[in-house]
Amino acid sequence: MDMIKVLYFARLRESLGSAGESLEVQDGLSVADLMALLAARGDQWQQEFDGCKPLRAAVNQTLVLNDARIHAGDEVAFFPPVTGG
Amino acid sequence: MTVRVQHDDFDIGAEIAAMRLARKDIGAVASFVGQVRDLNEGDEVAAMTLEHYPGMTEKALEQIVEQAKQRWDIFDALVIHRIGELKPLDQIVLVVVSGAHRGEAFAACQYIMDYLKTEAPFWKKEQTSSGERWVEAKASDDSARERWNKQ
Repeated sequence: MDMIKVLYFARLRESLGSAGESLEVQDGLSVADLMALLAARGDQWQQEFDGCKPLRAAVNQTLVLNDARIHAGDEVAFFPPVTGG
Repeated sequence: MTVRVQHDDFDIGAEIAAMRLARKDIGAVASFVGQVRDLNEGDEVAAMTLEHYPGMTEKALEQIVEQAKQRWDIFDALVIHRIGELKPLDQIVLVVVSGAHRGEAFAACQYIMDYLKTEAPFWKKEQTSSGERWVEAKASDDSARERWNKQ
C-alpha cells in the first residue's frame, strides 16, 4: 500500500467538507478506481463520485482521463469543470 | 512569456505599453480583457469569489501560452488572472500578445482565452439576490476550444 495526496476544490470541497486528505491505496490504481473507493463512503461522497455530476481529475497537476494510473506520492485532485476567465 | 495569478488589480495601459516597447520589430499587439458582469443566468450578481488550484493554475496557463507560441509566430504573451473577491466591473483576466503582424497576434490571443476558459483550474462562485452559487461550465466554451483542433 502506498500513500497519495487527494485534493478537492470548489463545489466538491464544500459538499465533502474537506479540502483534501492523505490516502493509502494500491499502487497503479486508476482514477476511476479511486472514484469508486470514494463513492463507497456513501452520502455526499457517493453523490459527488458516482459519475452523475460532471467531474474533472488531475494527477500531479495535469488534467487526466479516468483511466490514468496513480502511483505512490502522486497528488490527485478532483474538481468541477472549470469556470475562470 | 509571463503568467501571473494575483489578488490585485492590473493596469492594462502599463502592461500593453511594456510589451509594445520591448522590441522594435513588433508591429501588432492584441489584447483581451475580461470583467465581472452584474447579471448572470437572469440574476443580479453582487460579487463573486474566484477560487483556484495553486500550482496547477500557473502550470496550466504556462502550458497554454507555450502551445500558442508553438502554433503561431508571436514574440511574447502575457496572462494575468485575478483570484479572490471581485465585484461587477472589476477586471478578471488580461491576455496580451505581441507579434510582427495582427493575424497571428489576434489568433494567439483568442486561442489562449479559449483554452484558459476550459483548462485552467479556476472556479467562480457568485453572490446573487437568491444566495450563493457555483457558476456552471458552458458547453459553448468547450466548442470554442474544439474549433482550434479542426483547423
